[in-house]
Amino acid sequence: MSAERAIDVKGLTKRFGAKTAVNGIDIAVPYGEVWGFLGPNGSGKTTTIRMLCGLLKPDAGSGTCLGFDLLRGGERIKREVGYMTQKFSFWEDLSIRENLEFVGRMYELGDYRTPVDATIARLGLERRQHQLAGELSGGWKQRLALAACMLHQPRLLLLDEPTAGVDPKARRDFWDEIHRLSGAGLTVLVSTHYMDEAERCDRIVYISLGNIVARGTVANVIAQSGLFTFIVEGEGARRPAQKLRGANGVEFVSFFGAALHVSGRDRAALERALEPYRGDAGIAIHEAVPSLEDVFIQLQDEGAAA
Amino acid sequence: MSERFSWPRIAAVIRKEAVQMRRDRLTLAMIVGVPLMQLFLFGFAINVNPKHLPTAVSIDDPGPLADSVVAALENSSYFEIVKATNSPEVARRLLDEGRVSFVVEIPQNFSRDLVRGLKPSILVEADATDPAASANATGALQAILDSALRDDLVGPLAARAIQAPSYSLVLHPLYNPESITQYNVVPGLLAVILTMSMVLMTCLALTRERERGTYENLLAMPVTPVELMIGKIAPNIVVGAVQSALVLCVARYVFGVPMIGSLALLAAALLLFIVANLAVGYTFSTVAENQLQAMQMTMFFLLPAILLSGFAFPFRGMPVWAQWIGEILPSTHFLRVVRGILLKGNGALEIWPDIWPLVLFLFVAGGIALLRFRRTLD
Ligand SMILES: Nc1ncnc2c1ncn2[C@@H]1O[C@H](COP(=O)(O)OP(=O)(O)OP(=O)(O)O)[C@@H](O)[C@H]1O
Ligand SMILES: [Mg+2]
Repeated sequence: MSAERAIDVKGLTKRFGAKTAVNGIDIAVPYGEVWGFLGPNGSGKTTTIRMLCGLLKPDAGSGTCLGFDLLRGGERIKREVGYMTQKFSFWEDLSIRENLEFVGRMYELGDYRTPVDATIARLGLERRQHQLAGELSGGWKQRLALAACMLHQPRLLLLDEPTAGVDPKARRDFWDEIHRLSGAGLTVLVSTHYMDEAERCDRIVYISLGNIVARGTVANVIAQSGLFTFIVEGEGARRPAQKLRGANGVEFVSFFGAALHVSGRDRAALERALEPYRGDAGIAIHEAVPSLEDVFIQLQDEGAAA
Repeated sequence: MSERFSWPRIAAVIRKEAVQMRRDRLTLAMIVGVPLMQLFLFGFAINVNPKHLPTAVSIDDPGPLADSVVAALENSSYFEIVKATNSPEVARRLLDEGRVSFVVEIPQNFSRDLVRGLKPSILVEADATDPAASANATGALQAILDSALRDDLVGPLAARAIQAPSYSLVLHPLYNPESITQYNVVPGLLAVILTMSMVLMTCLALTRERERGTYENLLAMPVTPVELMIGKIAPNIVVGAVQSALVLCVARYVFGVPMIGSLALLAAALLLFIVANLAVGYTFSTVAENQLQAMQMTMFFLLPAILLSGFAFPFRGMPVWAQWIGEILPSTHFLRVVRGILLKGNGALEIWPDIWPLVLFLFVAGGIALLRFRRTLD
């Protein structure tokens, strides 16, 4: 047990029937940090987060959340954690204000009107506060849910894809808010499929088939991957894509606009594969630091092959 | 566990449920519509005092008295003679075929035997497949026959009329010991209507949250199972109260049911009964995986609650095993309570034997609900 870790769990495991959704993962998040939780669909992110906030009972493993034992301190954890579900889970037949006020009363915020008013004002929903939550657009539902789970000023936020379907401006506002709060001591674990969001995190954890396969800062994860990426640019950049996909040493090829990212772990083999195109007119080839996305795609391919 | 019972949180749940109920037009309509429909359908269908029931008479007696019996039956408006025959077999066949509800059989030498003081019998066979339908008519039979024969037994025979009965009335087959009357049925409907709608109101309480995905959110909040249960049940008490008032008003002003006992006592019993049924529904919703299962459990409960409570069939007429099941059900006890208070003017002391089973039932149902409540999504 560690007092300076907001989340400190070891060997967390969850099985659904014969299927192991989460397989003995360790996560230790210090107070005040923002961690990204990444992994392909079905890799176990939601399941892990649910175990962290006491909504699923782990089949194995132990640890603490905000210093409270995961297995026994459920009620205390609930009081101080803000959990945003992946699927919208507020009441569609209650208005925006009613939903927020309900949350305020559930957490026994004596004067819940003040934070509710402030939240509505911050979201700019004053004129729509009496509209039913079910009538909101998908992105607005996300924004309402996010605001609602922060209403009781939790010390730890567990956010399950909070910005899925949210427009870029709102996403930026959201991340500014997260960093402002983390500066004040809030700890955040946020699952996401967005690379730019992963890059905004202090650290990331990448999970695949229930196992953590990469962790650390973004730069760390990229370095650990052992991946090399060459960028093929120019007018004719798209032409070699098909042939490169099958070439020796090329693990994957992806389009980035007009450019082609060609990646693999064997740098020499990669060079050999690209050699035939080097002289082509309209094609420029240069090496680059692999992007996080390249790394994730590689991790995902490895996971699928395993 | 560092859990604390919080009234504000209960109030928050109650408020949420009330708002959601208010927005659910269909449920709102059903709160008033279903009891009214049931009252009028059941109330009138069962309570109409059936008249002009088709009757066959089989007369094997040439005397004058038989004629006056037939005339009296016709005049009574309960019976409508559709066939007069001298063959009991013919009359019986009509009964078998369901063409008549009654066969009145006046045997050979009825007039002569009566005059001689031999107490001849009149055999009345009734179609008992629907005892409720013929109960009133049967009840009236003795009086009709008495007055018919009294008018005819004049002169020296008048003495026979006074030393009644001068004949015997044989009713076949025997009737249910409890005769169902209009007054009995409408108060009974209060039990049936409340059972149905109260269980239905709460049987989806949690199932609905689960299917809409809001359960996850609810569980992530620091609400305790007891708080949630009270918060979910409480607003429905108001619904039960509205329905009770509705049924009692209709009972009083439409069906003219007498209300002898204390209405305050009835209100207290009603509250207990309503909460017991809400607890049953809530228990179902903690167990059910989905709405379909919840509805199936509800049906599984409602059928015996209606059929074995003494509402559909006289309780003591049921086989012993059915009575045992009936004794477990809240509707059985409440049926006795409500009939006792309204019709017999029973007080707290008299209804107590049926009150404590309700209390016990409430605690068992609530206990199961809390035990079965899942604090996690597993
Ligand atoms: N209640 C459940 N019963 C059975 N299997 C489940 C249950 N919940 C999750 N799973 C399985 O566990 C695995 C992990 O699911 P989980 O929802 O945690 O993935 P995820 O990483 O959140 O995926 P996504 O990015 O799509 O949200 C999946 O294979 C899923 O099918
Ligand atoms: Mg998920």
